[in-house]
Formats: sequence, structure tokens, C-alpha cells
Amino acid sequence: MKRKLICTLVGAAVMSLAAGQSFAQKAPAVKLSGDMVKIGVLTDMSGVYSDLGGQGSVTAAQMAVDDFKAQAKPSWKIELVYADHQNKADVGSNKAREWYDTQGVDMITDALNSAVALAVSKVTLEKKRMLIDTGAASTRLTNEDCSPNTVHYVYDTYALANGPGKAVTKQGKDSWFFLTADYAFGHSLEKDTSDAVKASGGKVVGAVRHPLNASDFSSFLLQAQSSKAKVVGLANAGGDTINSIKAANEFGLTKNQTIVGLLTTIIDIHALGLPTTQGMMFTEGFYWNLNNDTREWSRRFFGKHKKMPSMLHAGTYSAVMTYLKAVQATGTDEADAVMKHLKSTTINDMFAKGGKVRADGRMVHDMYLVEVKKPAESKEPWDYYNIKAVIPASEAFQPMSLSRCPLVKK
Amino acid sequence: MSEIFGIPIQAFMGQLMLGLVNGSFYATLSLGLAVIFGMLNIINFAHGALYMAGAMLAWMGLNYFGIGYWWSLLLAPLGVGVVGIFIERSMLQWLYRLDHLYGLLLTFGLALILEGLFRDLYGVSGLPYSIPEEFAGAYNLGFMFLPKYRAWVILASLLVCLATWFVIEKTRLGAYLRAATENPQLTQAFGINVPLMVMLTYGFGVALAGFAGVLAAPAMQISPLMGSNLIIVVFAVVVIGGMGSILGSIVTGLGLGLIEGLTKVFYPEASSTVVFIIMAIVLLVRPAGLFGREK
Repeated sequence: MKRKLICTLVGAAVMSLAAGQSFAQKAPAVKLSGDMVKIGVLTDMSGVYSDLGGQGSVTAAQMAVDDFKAQAKPSWKIELVYADHQNKADVGSNKAREWYDTQGVDMITDALNSAVALAVSKVTLEKKRMLIDTGAASTRLTNEDCSPNTVHYVYDTYALANGPGKAVTKQGKDSWFFLTADYAFGHSLEKDTSDAVKASGGKVVGAVRHPLNASDFSSFLLQAQSSKAKVVGLANAGGDTINSIKAANEFGLTKNQTIVGLLTTIIDIHALGLPTTQGMMFTEGFYWNLNNDTREWSRRFFGKHKKMPSMLHAGTYSAVMTYLKAVQATGTDEADAVMKHLKSTTINDMFAKGGKVRADGRMVHDMYLVEVKKPAESKEPWDYYNIKAVIPASEAFQPMSLSRCPLVKK
Repeated sequence: MSEIFGIPIQAFMGQLMLGLVNGSFYATLSLGLAVIFGMLNIINFAHGALYMAGAMLAWMGLNYFGIGYWWSLLLAPLGVGVVGIFIERSMLQWLYRLDHLYGLLLTFGLALILEGLFRDLYGVSGLPYSIPEEFAGAYNLGFMFLPKYRAWVILASLLVCLATWFVIEKTRLGAYLRAATENPQLTQAFGINVPLMVMLTYGFGVALAGFAGVLAAPAMQISPLMGSNLIIVVFAVVVIGGMGSILGSIVTGLGLGLIEGLTKVFYPEASSTVVFIIMAIVLLVRPAGLFGREK
């Protein structure tokens, strides 16, 4: 019996040596459902968020798959599928169900739009697969509605609100007025920022709630102007943010007041141009022109997508790469094992330095407080930001002590 | 400082002024719709998309051919008008004898195609168009800071609206048009080329939308969705004013802009709903609209 075991071990050792030494021996034989790893990018392909995620997210995910294949040369197959959730929670959760039940999808990513993300997270838990959400903003994903099968990867409303709320207030710009989109997302963004402002010794002098997709913002901005607040916080997103900024510029708000976008990305700045946006401040999770790693990757992305990446695009690349590495390391695509591995490793790539997935599913990494450059300071297309502060991972996200997630043991 | 309902009178006046600016857009757009409905009996759902197309043409003109704002103000509506004539000749003309619903569905489909096309080309975040240099800066009216460009919007749309009203109600050409609407066969029997008039009317109606689009380009972000955000309100304006009533659409457009502006001060949450509340009330009291005549 013992001899037989030794023979087997020696045999296995010889085999593995013969199979090639360059490749990590620690990786066990990979057992996969459906003999492949299948990743689904569920995003908004045609609606208001399609520039933020959309085709760019699909491109980023494909780049991750290609890069992983080139670097790790896995013996198993990887397939990528994508779908449009049309920003509807029911469409998104039905698609997820279909993918999990009939297509053998192992992991869904992007899933921008909080309503869709929350619905997909529930389906994912039920089907025991994985959701690495790189697009949604709601902190509920890692609080009341946290799930052992969901990772929230890029940003959330706490991270977006906290950075400017504290940093800008501490610069002496201590009175705030909010322009808030009148739905759950806007309200929570306003509340999170107000808390951060007050905690830093500032005060909130007022707020105006505007309907979603309002076509004209001049009236609301006039109210912000007459409030005499030093900072006007835009607790809205997408087209509403863009039109608010445009009107703010036209009505001369920017001369005496600082505009702080609470969900503003490089996509918005590119759409508006520097003359309109100069001097604005906000938090970003990624900037292409940060260092050599980010530049190298972003230029490759630009070559395929013809636009520089948003933090969602970069996050999606990083998430897919991290996931594939975890499958490689654990030798399975079974969700519990992969999640356990993710929560025990540190993520280091062009997107996150020292990123960690916490027990509540929050991936914490450094965030950046940026200020938009003046047109004269910009040296090349897409050269838009001055980094004003790096907000360390430990401060950027909601502390575990405040967590409302049942998975967190206190 | 004196106050009206707890709002300083200066802020109040400022909001009225802004309401007037928005009202000008509503008036120009609803005027086009009213002309088309009045003359062709077509509910033109593509109006919002053509408004967007006007703004897009202005942007393309500037960025690809270096055509400035003033030329765009002339050329983009012309371009949109030509597109309109093409739509009328190739598709709409076959639907006049059918139920309204067919025209509505066709134009709605066209709107979706146009929006999809521009979304595919330029994405949804939109494109910037800066304010022409002549209008940079603002007037200090004492009670508010009115950007020069917004003042120009009011002036330009009022001029266009009044000119349209004048042509249709007070000139011989307008009389032919009205006659053609009332009784096409009889009018044709008098030797007037009715199909040609109908075609030009549709072209002119959508050119008005294109004109509003160019006016809006510097004030709002040009995006493929800009039309669909606005068109529903404009339809409400037309319904309140009375389908097909020229003067009705102009007056209601401006009036509703003002009411909406005031709502933004007193209860901003309701500012996107107030127009529809008014519409419901008007329909209950006067089903043909404020200025419409029941047939």
C-alpha cells in the first residue's frame, strides 16, 4: 500500500516536471463547471450610463481575458458574454437567472445601476455564483443587502461623498449647498456628504431637490447662487450633472463658488471640456495618467475603445483579472472557494495597490481627490486632472465599525 | 427687502425670467407640432429627435466644417427641413387617410432610429458647444444676472413664433394653407398644389424643431437624448393650448414655462409634474384645449 502511494507520488512529480517548469506548480488541477469559466458583463449598453460602462466594460473584460490567457496560459477555456440590462432591475435579474441556469455563467461583472445590482446580487446568492460589481454606487450592497457571493469593487456613495466632504471643507470651503437628484441615490449621496461636511466642522446651508432628467438647471443654480454657500455639491449623475455644470458656468457661479461633483467621472469632464469644468473637485477611483502602469494599460484600452477608461472600465479589467487568478489558484470556479481566496489575498495591479476584499464584500483601495486642470495646464488630450490628495484605502470607505452587514462579526 | 410668499422679490423676478427662457423653447417646439398637426393631422413624435438633430447638425457643422453659430442657425434648420421633406415624401404621405395612430407610430419609430444612430456615433454623454463670443457674459438686470445668450433665446424664438403666426393667419399663403387643411379636394380644384403645400408645411414644421435645437445647443449639452427628455412636455403644451392652434401653442408655451419656473422655487420636486397636472385639469374643463375649437 505504502509502496503504491510512493510510486504514485513520484510519478506525479515526474509528470509535473515534464509538463513544464515555468508555470506555477502550486496550482492544483482545475475542476470547472461546464469545463470552462464563463464571465458575463451585464451593463447598460444604450442608456444614460452606457458611456460610463457599456461597450467599454466589455472591451476591458475582454482585455483581461486575453491578458490572462497570454500570461498564465491556462489549460481551461474562458468565455465572455455580455448583455444590456437597460437599467431595469427586472431585465437585469432575469438575464442573470438565464445566464446562471442555462448558459453556465460563473461570474457576473459591471452591473452598474444600484437597482439592477441589488436584484442581481440576490439571484447570485440564490444560484451560488459570483457577482463582482464594478459599476453600482449604493452602499447597501455591502450593508443591509450584503451577500457572501458579492464583491463591491470600484466605488460607492460613501467613498464619493467622504473624500470631497472632508477634504474640501478642511480647505476652508466650509459652507455647502446641495443640488440633489430627487430619488434614493441622490438623497443618500447628499446625506453621506452632509455627514462628512459636518464632521469636518462645516455647515450645510440648504439644498434643492430636482427631478431626474430635468432639462434645465438654471433655476436651481440661481437658488444655489443666492444661498451664498462657498461650495455647491452636485448630488446627481450623468446628464443631470453635465447640464448642472454647464448652467453653473453660464450663470457665473464658478467665479465665487466651488462646484463639487459627487458622482463625476472623466467621461463627464471629456463631454463638457476643460473651459467649462476647470477648478471642479471630486473623487475618482482611477485616473489613467497616474503612473506608468495606469498609462500603459489605458493607452492599450484607448487603442481599442478610442476613449480613455472610466474608473468602471479599469475596475472591470482588474476584477476579471483578479477573478481568473483566483480560479487558477483555487483550482475551481465554485463560488465559496473563490470568495474565500479573494478575501484572503491582496490585489495589486494597475487599478488597485494593496486592495483587500473585506468580510462585507467591500474591496477597499486608495481613492483620489482630483481637481480639474485649467485648459492651459492640459498637455495632451484627456490630460484633465491634478491629484489633490490620495485618500488611503483605510479612510476612503465606510469603516467596518459602522457596517450594517450581518456577515460582519462585531 | 420686499418678499412674495417668503421669496425675495429679486429671486422671484429672476425665476420668472428663466421660466420665460424655457417657455421660449416650449413655444418654438410646440409651434412646429401645432403647424404639422393643424395642416397634416399627423402627431409628429419625431419632433424631439429632429430638435436633437438640429443641435447635432450645428455641432457637426462647427467641428467638421468650421461653420459658426450664425450660419448654423440658418443651415441646420434647412438641413432638418430637407430631412423632413424626405420623410414626408417617402413615408408620411401614404398615411394621411389612415388613423392618427399610424402616423404616430411611424414618427415614433423614426425618432428611435434617429436617436439610436446618434447614440451609436457619439455616445450618450453628449458634446459641448460653446456660447458664441457675441453672447459671452451677462446683463446685470439689478434683480438677476441674465446671461446674454438666454436673452437672445427669448428674442429669437419670439420673433420666429410671431413671424410664423403672421404668415399662417394673415397672408395669402397662410389662407391657402388653412383652406387646404379644411377641404383639400376643393382647394385642389381651385388649382392649388395641395401635396406640395403639405410637403413644405411638414418641412417647415420640423425646421422649427431644428431651429430650436440650434438655439438650445450652446445652452444645454447636446446629447442624443435631449429631445426625448423634452418632447413629452412639449406635447402636453400642445394639448393644453389646443391641438393645431398656432397662437395657442405660443401663448401656452410661454405661460407654462413661467408656471414651471415658479414651481422650481416653491416646490422643486414637482417641477417636472406640474405641466401634466395642468394638462389634466385643462382636459377635464376644456377637452379641446385652451385655444382649440371643437370640431
